[in-house]
Amino acid sequence: MLKVKNLGVKYGGIHALRGISLDVPVGKIVTLIGANGAGKSSTLRAIAGLVKASSGSVTWKEKHLLGLMPETILDRGIALCPEGRRIFPHLTVLENLRLGGYNKRDDEVDAGIERAFKLFPRLRERDWQKGGTLSGGEQQMLAVGRALMSDPELVMFDEPSMGLAPILVEEVFDIIRHINHEGKTVLLVEQNAFAALRIADYAYVLEVGEITIQGKGSDLLTDERVVKAYLGG
Amino acid sequence: MKNSTKILANVVCIVILALFLRLAQSSLDGYKIQVLNLVAINIILAVSLNLIYGFTGMFSLAHAGFMAIGAYVTAILILPSAQKEMMFILEPMMWPFNVMHAPFFVAVVAGGLAAALVGLLIALPCLKLGGDYLGIATLGFGEIIRVIFTNTTTVTNGALGLKGIPPYANLGWNYFWCILTLYIIIKLLSSNFGNTLRAVRDDEVAAKAMGINTFRTKTISFVVGAFFAGVGGSLMGSLITTIDPKMFNFQLTYNILMYVVVGGLGSITGSVVGTTIITVLLEWLRFVEEDMTIGSFEIAGMPGMRMLMFSVVLLFIILYRREGIIGGYEFSWDSAARFVKRLTGKKEAASNE
Repeated sequence: MLKVKNLGVKYGGIHALRGISLDVPVGKIVTLIGANGAGKSSTLRAIAGLVKASSGSVTWKEKHLLGLMPETILDRGIALCPEGRRIFPHLTVLENLRLGGYNKRDDEVDAGIERAFKLFPRLRERDWQKGGTLSGGEQQMLAVGRALMSDPELVMFDEPSMGLAPILVEEVFDIIRHINHEGKTVLLVEQNAFAALRIADYAYVLEVGEITIQGKGSDLLTDERVVKAYLGG
Repeated sequence: MKNSTKILANVVCIVILALFLRLAQSSLDGYKIQVLNLVAINIILAVSLNLIYGFTGMFSLAHAGFMAIGAYVTAILILPSAQKEMMFILEPMMWPFNVMHAPFFVAVVAGGLAAALVGLLIALPCLKLGGDYLGIATLGFGEIIRVIFTNTTTVTNGALGLKGIPPYANLGWNYFWCILTLYIIIKLLSSNFGNTLRAVRDDEVAAKAMGINTFRTKTISFVVGAFFAGVGGSLMGSLITTIDPKMFNFQLTYNILMYVVVGGLGSITGSVVGTTIITVLLEWLRFVEEDMTIGSFEIAGMPGMRMLMFSVVLLFIILYRREGIIGGYEFSWDSAARFVKRLTGKKEAASNE
């Protein structure tokens, strides 16, 4: 279980996170929703070790994560699928996937590539193509496949629906659910609150660096405040 | 194409190059041989800068500094002690530098290693910076190296420089190092480590999220680049037999940067082609600086004219062909074979009609 307690992140003098606490139980999908600038991405980046936390603690399986290098956190079984896909445009699909398994042995990498191709047959057809020449949807598939290459126990998705057509958004969330069914714990950050809440076991609402509402995903879907603020009801 | 065929093709190319160099050595005049030597050394410099800037995305302007270190270390190691004694007229040379001596190959390696060591020292504080800031910081370090060499008179003979360096850097040595540099850097780039370099260049945050230690990756690339810049400087010093600190000012770095940008960032083929073209053109264009007579007009020669023409060429390339003359294309035997097949295929199709 991932436990975040009073996590604070500062950029210069600006508080991006003012001490948030959340739990991600093993095998569940937990989502963090909120508007732009609420601190969703900062939360994920702090957990992944990409930004320094100014206060609080993060523990994964009872062990502290804060202050560790990003590569160590990845070794502990936590992978981040970064916001805006961020695939490597000048590398081929295959090379992109290989880098996702950078901390793995060669045979594990080959097995990972096979898994990714099974999940996304489209990527197999295009494995020689440069990442930058893929369509937005394919790039998102590649980003998800790449994040899964290290065979993590917990996968953190940062706005996987960003910039995708509605039908593709649907597909992406199906895939996340599928990944979860295969036994991976998911921490999902989304602006698309409706889609995220539908698949989430538990949800947190983040507003300007603080958690204001939390509850079961299905409960929040009908929560008056959430509906008013995020679901356009 | 099979791997053994590729190796064979490479060997054949090297043998042809060796035969050509042998022929050049015996039949060309000294000036043309000098140009051939410069091509080899400039390729070493351009490829090493391309590794740092083109493939890892670090805008580094310290190349002249690294060259200076390589040139001085090698020169001190290969100068005979009698020559050293004669040259240091202001202050005698410090022990142990006045008695140091090493064979040429060892001296060049030592020059490269010294440059790599300084590269490592520069990398530790600088590589946290990105983009233009890194360029400014490395430019500063390059100048610092030059100023230090100007002032450590008992080691480097200060502004007077070192003269009478034994001219060991002949065609054979220069092309040996050139091929070795190309081999090592191409091997490095085609490994998975090469992919991590490109990943760091394309998106550093994503690379970090993949568990790549981006700082270590960048440091290795920078140090390897510095090593070969040092080697290039070593050979350059022995080729022109006279070095002084002024020679290694930022102008030199910009020249190397020009080879890389004209050839194409991120393409080894581009660096080789770009360097060859510019080095040869720079010499060939000397005629524009001589006195000219057009009809009854006589125009006095203007020194610097050829650099003016280069500015125009460079402007055109940057405006209309950003990716360089080779355009990011990389030569491989596979693509060459495909090209030949397409060519002969067309011929066959034509004869069938």
